[in-house]
Amino acid sequence: MVEEEGFRRYVAHAILWIGIAIVAFPVYIAIVASTQDNALIANGQMSLLPGGHFFEVYYQTIFVGTSGSTREPVGNMMLNSLVMALAIAIGKIAISIISAYAIVYFRFPFRMPIFWIIFITLMLPVEVRIYPTYKIVADLHMLDSYAGLALPLIASATATLLFRQFFMTVPDELLEASRIDGAGPLRFFWDTLLPLSRTNMAALFVILFILGWNQYLWPLLITTRDDMQTIQVGIRKMITTTDALTEWPIVMATAVLAMLPPVFVVVAMQKLFVRGLVETEK
Amino acid sequence: MQKQAIFQSKLLPYALVAPQLAIVLIFFYWPALQAVIQSFLLQDAFGLSSTFVWFENYIELFKDAAYFEAIVRTFFFSFAIAVSSLSFALLLAVMADKPLRGSMLYRTLLIWPYAVAPPVVGVLWIFMLHPSLGVLSRYLRNMGIDWNPLLNGDQAAALIILAAAWKQISYNFLFFLAGLQAIPKSVFEAAAIDGARPMRRFWTVTFPLLSPTIFFLLVVNIVYAFFDTFGIIDTMTRGGPGTSTVTLVYKVYSDGLLGGNLGSSAAQSVILMVMVIVLTGIQFRFVERKVTY
Repeated sequence: MVEEEGFRRYVAHAILWIGIAIVAFPVYIAIVASTQDNALIANGQMSLLPGGHFFEVYYQTIFVGTSGSTREPVGNMMLNSLVMALAIAIGKIAISIISAYAIVYFRFPFRMPIFWIIFITLMLPVEVRIYPTYKIVADLHMLDSYAGLALPLIASATATLLFRQFFMTVPDELLEASRIDGAGPLRFFWDTLLPLSRTNMAALFVILFILGWNQYLWPLLITTRDDMQTIQVGIRKMITTTDALTEWPIVMATAVLAMLPPVFVVVAMQKLFVRGLVETEK
Repeated sequence: MQKQAIFQSKLLPYALVAPQLAIVLIFFYWPALQAVIQSFLLQDAFGLSSTFVWFENYIELFKDAAYFEAIVRTFFFSFAIAVSSLSFALLLAVMADKPLRGSMLYRTLLIWPYAVAPPVVGVLWIFMLHPSLGVLSRYLRNMGIDWNPLLNGDQAAALIILAAAWKQISYNFLFFLAGLQAIPKSVFEAAAIDGARPMRRFWTVTFPLLSPTIFFLLVVNIVYAFFDTFGIIDTMTRGGPGTSTVTLVYKVYSDGLLGGNLGSSAAQSVILMVMVIVLTGIQFRFVERKVTY
C-alpha cells in the first residue's frame, strides 16, 4: 500500500467536502426557498436560512397547487409519475425476461432475426422518433393515458440483453435436474430461473424506476389534460414567462418533491443502484 | 455462444417473444420508418397532399444557417459538458479512491444527483442564477458582471453547460471510482518505489490505465449532452434568448411543435438517428464489449 502522508490526506478530505458542497448547494437553496415567503424571494431578498412557511407551502403544493399557472395539486402529479414509472419498470422487466428466456432456452425459426430486431432498438432513444411516435399513439387513442405514457418507453432492448447474458451464465445442470424432476419449460422458468434472477431484476428495477420517474419530453408531448400531467411536466408549467407571477416557494417545493422518490431510491438501495447502473450503462 | 440444454416447443417461444416484438414493432420500427419516409416527402401548405422530393429536405436543412448553427452549438455543448464534468468527477474520484476514513459516506453524498431529473436541474439552476432574484446573481453583480442569462446568449449557454455538467458529475464519479478500484494497487507501489511523485504517478500510471473508462464516459457524456439536456434547456431558457441555446433535439421539438414543415422535422430526426448510431457504433467498436455473441 502506498502510504499517504497526513497533509495529503487532509487535502483529499477537503476536496471531497468542497465537491459535496458544490453538488448539494442547488438543492439546499431549493429546500430553503420552499420554506419562505414568495414576496421576499421575488424581491431578491431571499434568506440563505430556512424560513417558517414549511407546512403551509408544502400543504398548498401537494393538495392545492399553484393559484395561478397550474391549479393541479402536485400530489396528483406525483401519482401520475409513480404510475408511469412503475409501468415502465415492471412492464419492461416482464416483457424482457420472457423474450430473453425464449431466445436463450429455445431453438426456433427466426430466433436470431428476432434477437436482432430487438437488439437494434438499443441504439435509438425516443427523442429521435418523437413526432412519428406521437402520431401512432394518437391514432391508437392513447393520448392522455397511462398506456400512452409508458408503452413507447418500454420499447427498448437493454433489459432483454441483460437477462440474456445472465441466462447464459446459468449452469445447464439446473435445467437437466429440473427436467429429471419432470418440470416443463414454464415450471423451470417459474421455479428455477425467476428466483435466480431476483437480484438482477431488483437492480434493473431501481434504474428503470429512476429513468421512468424522470421522463420529460415524451410526457410533455402526449399529456394535454392537467390531471394527466407528471410532476416533471407540471414543474415547467409553473414557471410562467412573466416572472412576476411565478410562485417560487411552490415551484421549489415541487422540485424537492420531484427529487425525493428517486434520490431516496438511490440512497436507500445504493448497492442495487450501482449494480444496475454499471450493468445497463444508463 | 449457445446453450446446450434447451427445451423443445413449437409455439411457446413465439408466445414468449410476442409481447416485446409487438411493442418494438409498433412503437419503435413503425415510427422510425415513418420518419425516414416522411423525410423524403414535401407536404403542401394544407397538409393534404405530399410529393416525393428525394433529398430536397436534407439539402434545404444543410443550406439553412440556423440548422448549421444548431449542429455546431450541440457539439460545442457536448464537448464543454463532457470535459468539465469529467475532469471534476475524476478529481473527486481520485480523492475518494484514497484509503480515507468515511469513503463510503463520500460516495453516498456524491452519487445522488444522478436521480435528479433534467427539468428539475434546470429549475434549480435558473433559480440560483436568475437575473432578478437568484441568490448567486447578487454576488456576480457585485463583482461587476452584468449577469442576465435571459437576455445574454453566451451567459445562457454557460448556464446550461454548468447545470448539465453538474448533473453528470455523479455518474462520471461512480464509473471513475470503479475504474480506479480495478487498477491493481501493486502498479502504484512499483511506481512509488521507482520514486515517482504522486502527480507524476497520476499522469504516467493512473491516467493511461484509466483511458478505457475515460473513452467510454466520453461517449456516454456526448449522448447525454445530445438528449438529456432537453429538459434542462426547456425549463431554463426554452432555447432562448433568440436561438442561442437551441440544440439539435430542441430544434426537432420546437420545429415540430410549430407544426410547420413535417418533412424537414423528419429529416432532422433521421440525421439525429444516424448520429446516435455512429456514436453507439464507436462505443461498441472501441470499448470493451459487454455483450458477447
